[in-house]
Amino acid sequence: MIALAGLGLALLVLPLAGLVVRAPWAELPELLARRSVLEALLLSFGTALASTAVCLVLGVPLAAVLARAADWPTVPRRLLRAAVTVPLVLPPVVGGIALLLLLGRRGLIGAVLDDWFGVTVPFTTGAVVLAQVFVALPFLVFAVEGALRSTDRRTELAAATLGASRWQVFRFVTLPLVAPGVAAGAVLCFSRALGEFGATITFAGSLPGVTRTLPIASYLAMQSDPDEAIALALLLLAVSIGVLLGLRDRWLPGVRG
Amino acid sequence: MPRHVVAIALATLLGVTVTACASPSDGGSPGASPSAEVGSTTPAGVDATTVTVFAAASLTDAFDELASRFELEHPSADIVINYGGSAALARQVVEGAPADVFASAAEEPMQALVDAGLAAGPVVFATNTMQLVVPAGNPAGVAGLDDLGRPELTVALCDESVPCGAASAELLERQSVTAAPDTLESDVRAVLTKVSLGEVDAGLVYRTDVLAAGDAVEGIEVTGAASVVNRYPIIVLTDAAAARFANEFVEFVAGAEGRAVMAEAGFGAP
Repeated sequence: MIALAGLGLALLVLPLAGLVVRAPWAELPELLARRSVLEALLLSFGTALASTAVCLVLGVPLAAVLARAADWPTVPRRLLRAAVTVPLVLPPVVGGIALLLLLGRRGLIGAVLDDWFGVTVPFTTGAVVLAQVFVALPFLVFAVEGALRSTDRRTELAAATLGASRWQVFRFVTLPLVAPGVAAGAVLCFSRALGEFGATITFAGSLPGVTRTLPIASYLAMQSDPDEAIALALLLLAVSIGVLLGLRDRWLPGVRG
Repeated sequence: MPRHVVAIALATLLGVTVTACASPSDGGSPGASPSAEVGSTTPAGVDATTVTVFAAASLTDAFDELASRFELEHPSADIVINYGGSAALARQVVEGAPADVFASAAEEPMQALVDAGLAAGPVVFATNTMQLVVPAGNPAGVAGLDDLGRPELTVALCDESVPCGAASAELLERQSVTAAPDTLESDVRAVLTKVSLGEVDAGLVYRTDVLAAGDAVEGIEVTGAASVVNRYPIIVLTDAAAARFANEFVEFVAGAEGRAVMAEAGFGAP
């Protein structure tokens, strides 16, 4: 039992240790100061922030609906939950293909956008944000939903009986109660968006400064300049660890660390 | 006892994973795991019958054909091919991926293996040139290389870090064209896919890729293409586990029948 657990832990930690050991520490400042790296860094942080904002706007209401869905009949309730969970377990590349077939120039909606408005989505920074939202939204929804489910509904009922409207209850009672859950979800969502690769490269492409995010830059650098690839990978690793340490015990609700 | 249940579940899962990895994988699929293949063959000291080939993505169709022909002639041999960008494949081999044969789309990635002492004396067995590729019907009316600079067109090129990107860049430079790409893909097949889906108006790929894509795309010959030639070297790695069949496969690829298949796929003679 312990041996297997140790093996499992080693499987998770050793590859990262390998990365740290092989890192070109001496050249790191020079590598990280390269224009291509800074460009990718800026784009990654910008798009991850934007997609986190989109996830907050769309994800909190979705989480509220999901939390209330407990009273729904079984079939729609399960379908809703499955729909929210699918991007979590789907290979991101599949998500990218799906997005391309929906929003690409010849896609279901993309063709209409192109014909009527001359708008094409793929190969734009907006496409990067969409790809990130697709993979990161479930993280936010589940974090907020968990927080909503564990709140004491009596406070909301009290506010309602005292004459607060539904919006006022949500704004002044529910939201403050679940704020830590929302914050935790947003941070998870941000770090997932930052690491997005498969859906982005499939749907948004890879152009420096426009769609080439840190993970894509790291993957491409591995073909010509492994040192730069390792430097980029280290940067992503550092951000991820920073985020998780920052979350402390506010990991996903129910999973207290 | 829940603890036992967890342990058994874990053990079962591990067992399944190991079995899945060891089962013979489909040679044509790029996701096939050739590394596990070598481990599952005969023990060390005995020459294995499974030849693991790492080959450039642009060789996909020709090598699938060559592998099945070779297996027909050598029923005990099994060719497993891992396709990908040449530079990435070379790096995987240098990092210890167990390959028997390496076929690259350019000489530079091959040189990396030679420099690492993993191979000696590669043989050039085919050549390839670049072609403009557009979706069927050429909706954007692309006529030549100059059109790659039109900002209103959506253009996909290979990134310069991979051979097709280096060749594209050289061709564009020689023809004094400044392209305005919308995406720089990590291998030539990714460019081809985006063109055949109609998501981009034009791309630069090898002429063999245009042939392989069939009716979904159209190729346009460009001036100066003949001056930028990609040379494809192949080699048996020095510590190949299946040295005998690996050597025979390389001879087969470079031989008369191999030449014919390569020519049919649009490759030039070495």
